[in-house]
Amino acid sequence: MSAVILAAEGVNVAQNVAFGIIAAFMIFAALSVVSSKNVVHAALWLVIVLAGVAAQYILAAAEFVAVSQVLVYIGAVMVLFLFGIMLTRAQIGKEFGLNNSAWPLGIPVAVVLFGLLAWVILDAYEDDVLPDPGGPTPTEALSDQFLSIYLVPFLALSFVLLAAAIGAIVLARKD
Amino acid sequence: MLAVNFLLLAAVLFSIGVYGVIARRNAVMVLMSIELILNSVNLNLIAFSLMHGVADGQVFALYVIAIAAAEVGVGLAMVLMIYRNRRSIALDELSEMKG
Repeated sequence: MSAVILAAEGVNVAQNVAFGIIAAFMIFAALSVVSSKNVVHAALWLVIVLAGVAAQYILAAAEFVAVSQVLVYIGAVMVLFLFGIMLTRAQIGKEFGLNNSAWPLGIPVAVVLFGLLAWVILDAYEDDVLPDPGGPTPTEALSDQFLSIYLVPFLALSFVLLAAAIGAIVLARKD
Repeated sequence: MLAVNFLLLAAVLFSIGVYGVIARRNAVMVLMSIELILNSVNLNLIAFSLMHGVADGQVFALYVIAIAAAEVGVGLAMVLMIYRNRRSIALDELSEMKG
């Protein structure tokens, strides 16, 4: 399949090779996240996945989103996860009972879901080539969108973030 | 680059995330699997943004990133509260609302 992809017309080989390497790392790391016996290791594998996603964004010319991904996910969300693990776990190292008793049920569900998604994707977009972006998307284009047609959702989003911050403080506060 | 590359990678990540949500018993690890799912959707949005040559997909991806940050904050606060009340965050023990 990769030979077919590389032989397609209008495809940048270097971009494809970089995509493949990063994708392989991401899939391996994602499998480690869901199979690791150690919660902290799973969180650190998740960092690899998130960094890989940021790298794919740069390959797809979405620089601003890539930088936001690094700042928000790797910078903030992962620290939050590590604090959550630290505050709910006294135990360091391998632990047992991380999976449900019915965990094997997840494998056929995931495989069938992937098969279905892959079938639909290949059926709909089999030969579509992404255009060569020819440079990063200017951030002005994004800000123009944010401050014109997407202004109301943008303001709503700031209220959601405020409500979430206050809600998290109220929930986690000791009384 | 073919659009199928991005979409199939996103489908793989989505399926792995769904497996994690089903299989994991620890609430923090379920939240991590949900992050995998959200990231796969973001990859799709970026790929479609590039495909159609408009920035809307990137705007949506930024919204998803912000909502995901809010979700993790509230989710971990709830997990902390459950841990404080029950000394455990095993999801299969939370069955009081079962009929």
